[in-house]
Amino acid sequence: MKPPKADHEKNRSGRAWLARAGISLWFGLLALPFTGWKGSLRISASVLAGILLFQYGLPRFTALSGKLSLWTHRADQLAPARLRRLLKLAGAAILLLLPLTLNNYQIDILTMAGLYAVLALGLNIVVGFAGLLDLGYAGFYAVGAYTCAILTARYAVPFWLALPAGGALAAAFGMALGVITLRLRGDYLAIVTLGFIQILHLILNNWDSVTNGPRGIMRIPHPALGSYRLAQPIDYYYLIAAIFFITWFVVRKLNATRIGRAWVAIREDELAAGAMGLNTTLLKVFAFVLGAFWAGIGGGFFAGKFGFISPESFTFFESVLILSMVVLGGLGSIPGVILGALALIILPELLRGLSDYRMLIFGLAMILMMILRPEGLIGSTRRKIETSSAK
Amino acid sequence: MLIQQVINGLILGAVYALIALGYTMVYGILELINFAHGEIYMIGAYLSIIFLGFFTTAGLTQDHLAISLFLSFLLSAAFCGAYGYTMEKVAYRPLRKANRLSPLISALGMSIFLQNYVMLTQGSTDIVFPHLLPPLEFTGGGVTVTGIQLFILASSFILMGGLYFILQKSLIGKAMRATAQDRIMSGLLGVNVDLIISLTFILGSVLAAAAGTMVAIYYGTVNFSIGYVAGIKAFTAAVLGGIGSIPGAMAGGLILGLVESLGAGYISSQYKDLFAFLILILVLLFKPSGLLGSSTREKV
Repeated sequence: MKPPKADHEKNRSGRAWLARAGISLWFGLLALPFTGWKGSLRISASVLAGILLFQYGLPRFTALSGKLSLWTHRADQLAPARLRRLLKLAGAAILLLLPLTLNNYQIDILTMAGLYAVLALGLNIVVGFAGLLDLGYAGFYAVGAYTCAILTARYAVPFWLALPAGGALAAAFGMALGVITLRLRGDYLAIVTLGFIQILHLILNNWDSVTNGPRGIMRIPHPALGSYRLAQPIDYYYLIAAIFFITWFVVRKLNATRIGRAWVAIREDELAAGAMGLNTTLLKVFAFVLGAFWAGIGGGFFAGKFGFISPESFTFFESVLILSMVVLGGLGSIPGVILGALALIILPELLRGLSDYRMLIFGLAMILMMILRPEGLIGSTRRKIETSSAK
Repeated sequence: MLIQQVINGLILGAVYALIALGYTMVYGILELINFAHGEIYMIGAYLSIIFLGFFTTAGLTQDHLAISLFLSFLLSAAFCGAYGYTMEKVAYRPLRKANRLSPLISALGMSIFLQNYVMLTQGSTDIVFPHLLPPLEFTGGGVTVTGIQLFILASSFILMGGLYFILQKSLIGKAMRATAQDRIMSGLLGVNVDLIISLTFILGSVLAAAAGTMVAIYYGTVNFSIGYVAGIKAFTAAVLGGIGSIPGAMAGGLILGLVESLGAGYISSQYKDLFAFLILILVLLFKPSGLLGSSTREKV
């Protein structure tokens, strides 16, 4: 690390400005055939602004966020167990009482955020813990949704049975994909999972007798509790909150067990982990199965809430959206992943005008995040301990 | 019917092969799947249409059709080379020493970024290649071959031959092969590794631009989403031939094109895309080193 003052001096020199101008103009030139003169100049200007923001703002930001996560970690360690339990209870109470003060639209957004938090927690098992880049995650989501929809809409199976059935079938798909891809290394695995979602999408679109093709499945009955049919947004809020708490609990406990540590070992070095006696085969398949299970549950919830599903809801870009939540929040970090899901669902709603640029910004954020802060907004505690003790 | 399908398959295969070369060259040197390579091909297709449109408004296409076609290809190739160069510099170079997940995610981000960037600037509807080429058809024995098809076949084989020549005979090609074999050692022996990697990206992007231009001419319409599927298929072709192997990528592309065209003609056109993915999964399961690749043992 260079001392900050020297950095500051360097940023001000004439050569630095020349380089900045050159880079900005280069990007403008690249964009020229697509945007025309005006757009090209606008792009140059925004690149310049971006560079300045990074050069002057980034050291401060990283220092701050690094301190922040170290503090939270320390506070986590120092706080007496009773206080921590109290804080958790307070958090849970806020989550349960909050929707009473909100309107239906806001509750729906929070419900979606909850759904994606479940999905992101599931994907985090595969990508964050075990380090297997799974791009076909939305495929399991689709399997869960279609299973639940077909069972409830055609065979009048109660939702509460169809939901775990969707999760189980998705888990079975996860097992199949996990077994098939066992021998593959990271990048090959990514491509095969990409092929998986593509194949699944083709099947959903063309297997009319089961999936009803591109028209999708309509009139999926709402879940019922006794004689009460869940119809209000707030009912679904509480349902997803319950699912979320179960997911969170299971994932957290798992992470703290031998299995969680074994996954991390595989992520860091599969050969070494195998040499230390870990059954890497079983552990990798298990990560796939468990991740797929939560995706299936999320899919079932989606089908029950909206009453309509079609293949368009389960594309590769759904996978990418969930993956960006995991990456932005922090690979392997449970609070980070939840924060990522909340941020990526709620922020676009707040910034309605930017909604066209959503995917563009996600793509850019994925690149920048990997370069500048690969551990995510809230890095995982385990990695934090490792890096802080190494210094 | 059979011969017709074979010809269609060869055209498709030639395009896949050109894109697959970019994947395989980058993988050979960096062991990175450049997810965004398919987008470079899409950008190449767009740029050739944009430049040709520019030449049309400038009034060049009426008298000098061949020249303006060639010029728009050259410009498109130059821009794609610049895109490839910039992409490597921005998204991959800072991550060269990172763990293996980071560059993959960065590549994915780049792919999404480029796709949306083109969609936002050019719209999400198809853009159409101007009808400028004279319809030229050769018919014989129930088989029809258009001039465009012959042109595509010929030029892609010329390009592949050119690439092979560069890699095998020129000093740069030698440096590229050396870097692919052992990056650190070639660096020690005086190869400018960064430059070679940049050149690899540029070369791959130029080939993708050529593929894009051909597809734009052949199908007549281009959409911002074509890069994604073509990218996966070309990657399949590269894996089929043995990733890292240049002749493998060429052979893999041609085989994939043939399988797809015959499968669509004789089995089911609905599931046309399925064949590519099935091949991909089967190859990875049973012969991950591909048809012409050498099997590598994982280094500890």
